[in-house]
Amino acid sequence: MYVYSAIDRQLLDERVAQFRDQTRRYLAGDLSDDEFRHLRLRNGLYIQRFAPMYRISVPYGMLNSKQLRKLAHITRTWDKGYAHVSTRQNIQLNWPALEDVPEILAELATVEMHSIQTSGNCIRNICTDHFAGVAADEVADPRPWCELIRQWATFHPEFNWLPRKFKIAVTATTHDRSVWMFNDVGVRIDRVENGTTYFSVQAGGGLGRTPMKGVVIKQDLPGEDLLSYLEAILRVYNMHGRRDNKFKARIKIIVKAFGPDVFAKMVEDEWQWIKDGPMKVPAGEVERLASHFTAPPYEDLPATDPDLQDLLATSQAFRFWYRNNVFAHRVPGYAMVMLSLKKTGVAPGDITDAQLDAVADLADLYSFGEVRTTHDQNLVLADVKQSDLPMVWEALTILGFATPNIGKLTDIIACPGGDYCSLANAKSIPIAEQIQRRFDDLDYLYEIGDIDLNISGCMNACGHHHIGHIGILGVDKKGEEFYQVQVGGHMGHDGALGEVLGPSFYADEVADVVEKLIDVYLETRRDEEERFIDTYRRLGIEPFRERVYAKDHS
Amino acid sequence: MRKIIRDRQLVDDRWTYLEAGAAVPADGEIDVVVPLATFLADAPALLARDGRLGVRIEPGEGVADIVPHLAGIDLVCVNFPAFHDGRGLSYARELRERHRYGGEIRAVGDVQRDQVFGMYRCGINAFDVKEGKSIVDTLNGLKDFSTGYQADVYETRPVYQRG
Ligand code: SF4
Repeated sequence: MYVYSAIDRQLLDERVAQFRDQTRRYLAGDLSDDEFRHLRLRNGLYIQRFAPMYRISVPYGMLNSKQLRKLAHITRTWDKGYAHVSTRQNIQLNWPALEDVPEILAELATVEMHSIQTSGNCIRNICTDHFAGVAADEVADPRPWCELIRQWATFHPEFNWLPRKFKIAVTATTHDRSVWMFNDVGVRIDRVENGTTYFSVQAGGGLGRTPMKGVVIKQDLPGEDLLSYLEAILRVYNMHGRRDNKFKARIKIIVKAFGPDVFAKMVEDEWQWIKDGPMKVPAGEVERLASHFTAPPYEDLPATDPDLQDLLATSQAFRFWYRNNVFAHRVPGYAMVMLSLKKTGVAPGDITDAQLDAVADLADLYSFGEVRTTHDQNLVLADVKQSDLPMVWEALTILGFATPNIGKLTDIIACPGGDYCSLANAKSIPIAEQIQRRFDDLDYLYEIGDIDLNISGCMNACGHHHIGHIGILGVDKKGEEFYQVQVGGHMGHDGALGEVLGPSFYADEVADVVEKLIDVYLETRRDEEERFIDTYRRLGIEPFRERVYAKDHS
Repeated sequence: MRKIIRDRQLVDDRWTYLEAGAAVPADGEIDVVVPLATFLADAPALLARDGRLGVRIEPGEGVADIVPHLAGIDLVCVNFPAFHDGRGLSYARELRERHRYGGEIRAVGDVQRDQVFGMYRCGINAFDVKEGKSIVDTLNGLKDFSTGYQADVYETRPVYQRG
């Protein structure tokens, strides 16, 4: 995992002092609400429905056990004892007091953490694959590049006051887990040839109010030019992005307005005069960063563990968990374990202080002290010995993180919604629970197979509803909460946005609607291999629409 | 007299800011800053005038129009009508790095303590601080950070080139 350099530390210390002073000046009346708003947002601090919401950065989803314990301590001391994993792989607190935030930031700094640029119109946390470095289908480890981009994006003097927020994701695998096509900019590692890493770059992707899939505007970009190319994109965006209407201010709007070809040409023009300048990244720098992400000291182990095979044969509960929550590792004898933060009755992505501490202990005991956060609001122990899996399973079962539902219908992505978020049109968490209760029978859940169900409380789409195979969006009709349902969205390199099924539904109808969609799928799929999304692609939306809106004949 | 920050010092400033439509004083002793539109409407006369010339750029105007005339322009005022509109930062960098402009670049408008460090790194070397905000405090803002990761107008090497 990345370890801070002297300059990382110095800049963070200076940021802590700066924010302490900004907060002091605000409380003393020297800064207006609006002036301070922009400053606090750049430190992840929102004023929410009931209290501030404070978003802590988890660069590309990597955490170590020390950091987890610090997060536990912070939620215990300054919050109500729980935290929330966001779809940007960050950690959110819901109840800190504004005056305490400088102190929390200082605490975070002691473990090389912070909340810099987790909100506001600037470059946000860099996201990537939660299996980075261990994924079998990976071209190269994206994390050194993520770190390179992180440093470039942090306190960038020119790009701290953009038209709107700016999200970047890095992907490096054939099966995308980073949602790269739906970030403002996404970069993909395509190949490594003679020591040079080549990238594709998309621009103009995004969810939110005007969802769009990005367009690849650059291919065969050598790694040494990655930062100068990103700089050129950001400069074009900073100068030409719309500032007259915040709903039209994301980069996707200008990519579409100019057309991707013209936009690419504008970027090219900016890029030409900087690309051969000092921004060129020497190979040595990438190697230096890569040295932070080397493989842990794996043991030489047999590919399969006999005791594990026994347990698989005898315990159905273990077998269910193993099949759903354990993933194949590159190294023989190891496995990746997904911790499900999707237990019925718990808000998706929520984790208590005691659980954070316990996960830290598990990481230390079984996974080289590291944990990852995922965009689907779960956690990963990425390097667990197969022979340790029974112990890990038992521990996770006690913790409530062994629900064997990863990738299944109850592994729901849901934003905090109306229970917390002041922008919400409707609640998300109770809808997730309603669906989880309806589908709590494991046989039924496994019969349905792999499916993404995503819920957002408003069109800002923090719950990624557009790219759920089933997407649910909270809408407000004359002060009442309704839910629009979409079908057919999906992430991935060939990602697509969902189609709206039709008129929206009352809150208490949502599980019924989902059940009808599932019925259509189960009745019409070709075989058990065909997933929900494949059936949709084959048949289109009509059969789903018909069933859901059919007059009741009973 | 107006006090501004120039090159990290508090100094007196004698420039006269002219709004659109205002008559340009004939007196060659008076240094004037005119809006871009005023400049473009009468560039040859303004450039030939005695006294120094400044041009004020608004967000959205860009720098392309003044680039051919930079040799005759002593001051570029980059206006920040709202502190959270960062277009002027890119304008300043383009002037300094792409067009090698060596004159004064001054931030005017909603210029405050918490923005000046980034502005300075982008090549803005003078600050006409917003009325009602402490100029001394703003000067301290230039010391909020001791360094940065990126190359900028003063530190031409990004962190990974500094060895
Ligand atoms: S999608 Fe809307 S309701 Fe949900 S967290 Fe985002 S802004 Fe809030």
